[in-house]
Amino acid sequence: MTALIDVENLTLQFRTDEGLITAVDNVSFSLNRGEVMGLVGESGSGKSVTAKALMHLNARNAVYSPESRITLHTDKGPVDVLSLKTPRDLNIVRGGAVSMIFQEPMASFAPAITIGKQMVEQLQLHGDYTKDQAKRWSIEMLDRVGISDADKRFDQYAFELSGGMRQRAMIAMALSTQPKLLIADEPTTALDVTIQAQVIDLMKDLVAEFHMGIVFITHDLGVVAQTADKVNVMYLGRMVEEGPVREVIRNPKHPYTQGLLAALPKLDDLDAPLTPVPGDIPSPLERPSGCVFHTRCSKVVGDICKRVDPKDRQIDATHKVACHIYDEVLA
Amino acid sequence: MSDVLIRAKGLSVGFPIGGGLFGKQILKAVDNVSLDIEKGSFFGLVGESGSGKTTLGRALLKAAPITGGGAHYSDGEVDYDLERITRDQLKDYRKRAQLIFQDPYAALSPRMTVRDIIAEPLEVMGLTKNRQETDARVREIAAKCRLNLEHLRRFPHAFSGGQRQRISIARALVSAPKFIVADESVAALDVSIQADVLNLLKQIQSDMGLTFMFISHDLSVVAHTCDHVAVMYLGRLVETAPTRKLFAAPRHPYTKALFSAIPSLDPDDRGSAQKLTGEIPSPTNQPSGCKFHTRCPFAIDHCKRVEPQLESDGTGHDVSCHRWKELMASEAA
Repeated sequence: MTALIDVENLTLQFRTDEGLITAVDNVSFSLNRGEVMGLVGESGSGKSVTAKALMHLNARNAVYSPESRITLHTDKGPVDVLSLKTPRDLNIVRGGAVSMIFQEPMASFAPAITIGKQMVEQLQLHGDYTKDQAKRWSIEMLDRVGISDADKRFDQYAFELSGGMRQRAMIAMALSTQPKLLIADEPTTALDVTIQAQVIDLMKDLVAEFHMGIVFITHDLGVVAQTADKVNVMYLGRMVEEGPVREVIRNPKHPYTQGLLAALPKLDDLDAPLTPVPGDIPSPLERPSGCVFHTRCSKVVGDICKRVDPKDRQIDATHKVACHIYDEVLA
Repeated sequence: MSDVLIRAKGLSVGFPIGGGLFGKQILKAVDNVSLDIEKGSFFGLVGESGSGKTTLGRALLKAAPITGGGAHYSDGEVDYDLERITRDQLKDYRKRAQLIFQDPYAALSPRMTVRDIIAEPLEVMGLTKNRQETDARVREIAAKCRLNLEHLRRFPHAFSGGQRQRISIARALVSAPKFIVADESVAALDVSIQADVLNLLKQIQSDMGLTFMFISHDLSVVAHTCDHVAVMYLGRLVETAPTRKLFAAPRHPYTKALFSAIPSLDPDDRGSAQKLTGEIPSPTNQPSGCKFHTRCPFAIDHCKRVEPQLESDGTGHDVSCHRWKELMASEAA
């Protein structure tokens, strides 16, 4: 297994009029080549901010803590992502070795420039392609992701394509620079289930073919079960549980993960009542003390949950959880 | 039957598009749909985007033009023919039939307090005589939707998605409607909150004796909340049945494909699904015969030429497919 990216102690705050807001709190993980990591959590949990940090793409008011470290392992050796400053240096993580697919494909293409022109432009920016080579390669990629009449689509605008087609074009564009790491931010959320199934299949094929790593951000645990090798669950900027996909879905340890799974309507048991996770995710301005989840947790073990931020506990070699329930057991 | 609240017969909704020298083209968003919604039921409507779910919902609220067939509303007090409804009747119908929108962020005015948002329908429709009465009514409905007095003074920006959706629900309920169309009302919410809103809708339905039309693309949500489900494809009803029957034994190849496309929670059950290829055709350029034949793995020549009709089997499970019996038999074998 070749390491692809290491994230250590990532803490990220935003400077706002109302003070510093913590978006990501001491998150560490690593990903190997050919591995798919699912990043799960509800809106406001810091999934997208974490992913954007991998490309050093957060807004100017973002403040990284001095201990935060993101190391990308490229063919030319390790790159310290957060130390990159100039646009030229940043090219390596923005479209070079790392690419990103966004949730809303309509918003990700420029509306007044043809799909083809946008694909050629970024290829020429990131590699030594002549215009002709870039065009040929772009059409080949469009064809590869299952777009029929690729040479015709090449000259069309984003609004001329359907939703699923646009998302395929987005994928083709993101992969045409042959990145080592693909960040997919809710790539199927805006799609119908039938098209979602097609896109998921396509992404699985592409991982196998290009042998890249994928960070797959989603709030849909079904999609995670279908795509990921391992799962990280986030809540209010904290990584609360991490482990192999089978472990986390079949044997969830954190009350939040258990809550998410229980809230999911299941097709094989229509009589099971839906149990929501009580309450709403708190505003990041009113971050709870101690364990960030204690305000909604049904398994609070005592005062300690309100006072002390739980440390990561190793359940086994690969399964980690941050919860006080496991304090006595493992201490 | 007296317990049918809404009955649609051959309902069509068309929109004129283009319009050159040689007359206009009609886009048929809803095409010859017949259905009965029973009083007190939770009626689910599913299908991909572009299948006409929302337009059908709106036509039943008389918010989209009915261009063919008709729909009847009768709640025991009044009896309206939605196609030939008069102005005064329509005014009254607006109180009886309400809509809950998908996006709780876009549906609420940022400049109004929650109290004003919920009170607005009462004031516009003149349902209360004075401010005291309005306030009392607002408080009563807010409590039902688990909003407290403190919430009523605030503006929508101070609320999370789930809370906002509860405000939208309160606004829809304040005129004491009989029929509610909930259009993708939980699609924008996180799963942890979604379950909460669904439980609230069910609670309200049984407390107030409401009838819901629940439009959704999420089949597992529909399976859990609705007692009757209709599946739409390109403006046509392809299958309709009581929820349990439909989920136990879907008959239409499209319904089957929709079910199998739901991502399974079992990581070891990957890729076993029977996947649909292609996408829903454009409604301006509809296929001949059975609308689904371009994507159907079982289509034969007959399907391309002749459009199937909705077949009733007497148990409330209707399907419109030429080959469903044959396919069910070969599946069982």
